[in-house]
Amino acid sequence: MITTELPDRPTPTETKRPLGERALRVVGVLAVVGVVATVWLGLWITPEDQFMGNLVRLLYIHPPMAWVAFLAYGLSFLSSLAYLWPRTRSAIWDRLAGASAEVGVVFTGLTLVTGSIWGRPTWGTWWTWDPLLTTTALLFVLYLGYLAIRHVPGTDEVRGKRNAIAALVAFVDVPVVYFSVYLWQSLHQTPSILNIETRKTTVHGSMAWTLLLGFCSFTLAFIWLVAQRYRLAGLEAREESFGLEIALAERRLEGGR
Amino acid sequence: MPGVASMWRDALLVMAKDLRVELRSRVAINQVVPFALAVLVLFGLALGPNLHLLASETAGLVWMAVLFSCVLGVQRSYAIESTDSAKDGLRLSGLDPAGVFLGKAGALAIQLFALEVVLALVASILYGAPLTNALVLVVTCIVATLGLAAVGTFYGALALGARVRETLLPLLFFPVVAPVLMGAMKAWQAGLAGTPGKADGWLELLFVFALAYGAIGTVAFGPLLEDG
Repeated sequence: MITTELPDRPTPTETKRPLGERALRVVGVLAVVGVVATVWLGLWITPEDQFMGNLVRLLYIHPPMAWVAFLAYGLSFLSSLAYLWPRTRSAIWDRLAGASAEVGVVFTGLTLVTGSIWGRPTWGTWWTWDPLLTTTALLFVLYLGYLAIRHVPGTDEVRGKRNAIAALVAFVDVPVVYFSVYLWQSLHQTPSILNIETRKTTVHGSMAWTLLLGFCSFTLAFIWLVAQRYRLAGLEAREESFGLEIALAERRLEGGR
Repeated sequence: MPGVASMWRDALLVMAKDLRVELRSRVAINQVVPFALAVLVLFGLALGPNLHLLASETAGLVWMAVLFSCVLGVQRSYAIESTDSAKDGLRLSGLDPAGVFLGKAGALAIQLFALEVVLALVASILYGAPLTNALVLVVTCIVATLGLAAVGTFYGALALGARVRETLLPLLFFPVVAPVLMGAMKAWQAGLAGTPGKADGWLELLFVFALAYGAIGTVAFGPLLEDG
């Protein structure tokens, strides 16, 4: 535990930490239980789909993953806006934007992989140049670039601004990319995932409940991951400034000798 | 509005400066243009000596060569600012950051446009694709180049402080300009195939893209340039 006074706003989180930590632990446990239950229900309890057979089981995790990815980018976008807004400017938002985007990239990767595995037996190919898929792939690379920018050195202020601007631009690019891929791809297929979802919910109740559970538990997992990553980013920043203080103190001691 | 007038005046100054540096150093002419030509030749080798295939893919190949060269152009555009602390000079000069952005993007756009003309002529010979509907091709070049120059100048400034600038810039640049690649390629395809009417939608997209990123760059360039 660090007791020295540090420049990095320690007060509000410091006092709430025990309660926050407990709440976070509950979220983490619920997320694990939820994901395990989703897998159990999805693999053993729910019936096969009339049209897709066992392939439908992948759809209990694939849409929730995609949902978490978009949720993450949305949160990253809003946090970046909050950072750029002069009244709410604080390192908190920068860290939150970074933590959220990082989780978003992981879930985008998972979405692409699970979608591809589902697409192979369903469409007969690992990949199609459908607007949704192509946009997701570009989104993945786009945010990898954003994460790379976050590592570019600079003062806190400069980095914060740079990160926030990059996040806004990346987010704005997504609809443009989607629209242009839509135009570009003349042989457009309707997004099959959505169609299947609506059909499925009318077919069997337990399938709908499993999917709903999937969405809830992946969202909880998202909250837990972002909170952990956020806390880690705070600790990293603190360690950095603490290290600097130690170095300064050592130099002062050397000077006093 | 005096602010806007001075912004454009500053833009012209910076643009003239960048073009003058290029005229004297001739880096783009001696290195970027030959590189782009080499890319065109290598595309031909990669796709085999099938002239029909090359002719049908001319649009996409030319625009990929343009994208590769654009990255080099952006890197050159900022390399001239990072030697001899030229960037500090630019900041201390009191020029409007928006003007600096527009000027750098403008200089890059002019160089890219010249490159595109060369590439188009060479590709039409190498790939056996006659340049029909020249008006559509030229208009496409203009709007697409403005978009590329705006995005390139913006990300160039974003990556400026990085020691890993050379590798970071392409990673940032390519996914964002995917719509420009699609738009320019499709518009050119329409022009080359003799169906210029099909290019309209794409030209609109390219125009909106250039406008959006031009606006973003103009607004965001100030804070990015402050980057120590």
